[in-house]
Amino acid sequence: MVYLASSDLVPKALAGDTRAIARLLTRAESGSAEARPAFDELFRHTGRAHIVGITGVPGSGKSTLVARLAAAIRAGGRKVAIVAIDPSSPFSGGAILGDRIRMGELGGDPGVFVRSMATRGSMGGLARGALEAVDVFDAAGYDIVLIETVGVGQDEVDIARAAHTTVVVSAPGLGDDIQAIKAGILEIADVHVVSKCDRADADKTIADLKNMLMLGLASARGTWRPQVVPTSAVRDEGVQELLTMIDRHREALAASGEIDARCAAIAERRLLAAGEEILRDRFVRDRHGRLAGLLAQLARRSLSPHSAATLLIAELGENA
Amino acid sequence: MDAGGERIRVIIAKVGLDGHDRGVKIVARTLRDAGMDVIYTGLHRTPEEVVEAAVQEDVDVIGVSILSGAHMTVFPRILAALKARDADDILVVGGGVIADDDCAALKSMGVRELMLQDTPPAEIVAMIERVVTERGPR
Repeated sequence: MVYLASSDLVPKALAGDTRAIARLLTRAESGSAEARPAFDELFRHTGRAHIVGITGVPGSGKSTLVARLAAAIRAGGRKVAIVAIDPSSPFSGGAILGDRIRMGELGGDPGVFVRSMATRGSMGGLARGALEAVDVFDAAGYDIVLIETVGVGQDEVDIARAAHTTVVVSAPGLGDDIQAIKAGILEIADVHVVSKCDRADADKTIADLKNMLMLGLASARGTWRPQVVPTSAVRDEGVQELLTMIDRHREALAASGEIDARCAAIAERRLLAAGEEILRDRFVRDRHGRLAGLLAQLARRSLSPHSAATLLIAELGENA
Repeated sequence: MDAGGERIRVIIAKVGLDGHDRGVKIVARTLRDAGMDVIYTGLHRTPEEVVEAAVQEDVDVIGVSILSGAHMTVFPRILAALKARDADDILVVGGGVIADDDCAALKSMGVRELMLQDTPPAEIVAMIERVVTERGPR
């Protein structure tokens, strides 16, 4: 394929052309200014796909689960796209993206599109450009978009402000009932998956999660009661149940009207994140101008970081 | 925070009945440390699966590691599948154990570069950067 401007790729992507979609995903990732009008146009065609986030600690089985879930979605006739995120090196900026290794069985099905993305310094478990990538898939007619986050710790919860349904994967043997009542990642789950349930200690993990849910700590996100779904890739169990649960959650959000609040929360987070990005880019561009003077004042401690930032933003406003 | 911009994207593939993946992991790590995004397919892929993955991932380069002797089958099928997908702007390179005569034949078919078993890692990085630069922006 020869070089095409982003605006010329949009109609092809809307028609489902794989190469055009793939090229736009690259431009989403690079944040190229040339592609901004194209993403504005694509955004007008979004809002139909159901966006499902899959998160959990490294090695909990996210990629395996995503591969099986995608196969189950395909068996039901729906088109599915996967955004699979792995970490970038903090030193070289490079990345090894290995999520496809577990997704071999999906190869060759035109109804499945798998895209690997590197975090590129983004801290909350998502990648830079991940949500523009979701927009591309949504506009291109994929019914469900699965976002597989990086392996997270306890506090990378950005996915809950990016997805309609958040699935948190826990593996057996990684902590006790106190871990289960801590704040953070477990609170954001609409559906809990306990993976590797062929293992003997899985029952305890399931029980800990169910006890946590009975304490009511996870009920802050509306009327839906989070559910626990045991899965086992070895025994090929639980995946259909998980898909059914995701669909039930989607229907519950629509029935209660909570879907509107979720979409508003996603939009708000994206607006703020975009604002931060624009500001950061302008700061960087201005590093040798006004910013250098402010940095010198900071070094002399005649100005605090907060006051310096306030001055800088005021000045950006005048120059906008 | 990353400054953005397009990084070189490479898919590293093992095709067919070839379970030797120590070399391919070293190459993947080397390219990562050179700042590239490296997608590893895992073992036992078909040429068509590799090409479909390469198209979806919008890679600059497909790197095939092959130590099974099946290179005269594998590379032509990859090149043909790329052409069939209108994706022959994706560069194909390879590494492994390949006879000199076969190397010449594969290059004449369209394999861009082949680097054999004694290649220092830095040369692989330089080669990838060179072929992507030679291809130009897209």
